[in-house]
Amino acid sequence: MADNAVSQDRIRSKYNEILRVAKNGGYFLNPDKKFTCGLVEGLLVNLDRYGFESCPCRLTIGPEEENLDIICPCYYRDEDITEYGCCYCGLYVSGEVSRGEKPVVSVPERRDLKTVNKNREDPGAGNHELSHPVFRCSVCGYLCARNSPPERCPVCGADQKRFVLFMK
Amino acid sequence: MLLGFYQRIVKKELNSMAEWTVVEGMDKGQIVMYGLSTCIHCKKTKEFLKELGVSYKYIFVDLLPEDELNSVYDEMKKFNPSGSFPTTVIKGKTVIVGSKLDEIKEAILNG
Repeated sequence: MADNAVSQDRIRSKYNEILRVAKNGGYFLNPDKKFTCGLVEGLLVNLDRYGFESCPCRLTIGPEEENLDIICPCYYRDEDITEYGCCYCGLYVSGEVSRGEKPVVSVPERRDLKTVNKNREDPGAGNHELSHPVFRCSVCGYLCARNSPPERCPVCGADQKRFVLFMK
Repeated sequence: MLLGFYQRIVKKELNSMAEWTVVEGMDKGQIVMYGLSTCIHCKKTKEFLKELGVSYKYIFVDLLPEDELNSVYDEMKKFNPSGSFPTTVIKGKTVIVGSKLDEIKEAILNG
């Protein structure tokens, strides 16, 4: 891999961290550990290069705010796992794929370059009268009714920046 | 690196300022791969082409300086508007999106 400056120790420790968070959240990592560690290496290369862990299989252009959707885990992971059995890069898989009951398949790109970063609010927001606004975690779908989103999603750990206003 | 023996860097090509890596092999028409240096699927596709023994060229779009990156990426999106990687263009007409190795092989050998 080009500009490879990531040590095996860093890859291993990052892999273990991702695995722990995945298990806690009921997610599965790709059982092909060599493949998975290759993706983890790409995440660390991107962290060193851009300052955030964007998807190693997608092109990062511009600042973090314009790439929030492709920071791993990406906003498309859950839908791709449901539809194809794995996420776009293949890091996260369904239970069936993790047990080897289904193969890993090539997943088409769900990210739409024309609309990405255009919908910071859910289109349904504003049509309701609520005591508190409701925020949605764009990674896992967790909803919370409070005046601002939590610093970190209590379900998947995603950063506050990755929440959108869902209802108000 | 062993790979160095098989590769020749071409500094400049027509219509493009960016550096492509040319891998020499059997001439099966022009085979071009746009990839990302961090992407496993791109790596797999690149290695597959090498194993096939065909002549091809590739570029890692993520490693380009910003101005070149945008022009190469725009050029790639003419073939694959979703802008996803790897994008392999075979003989200037068949575009294979993703590491669909069987489809790539088919397009090279029979396309």
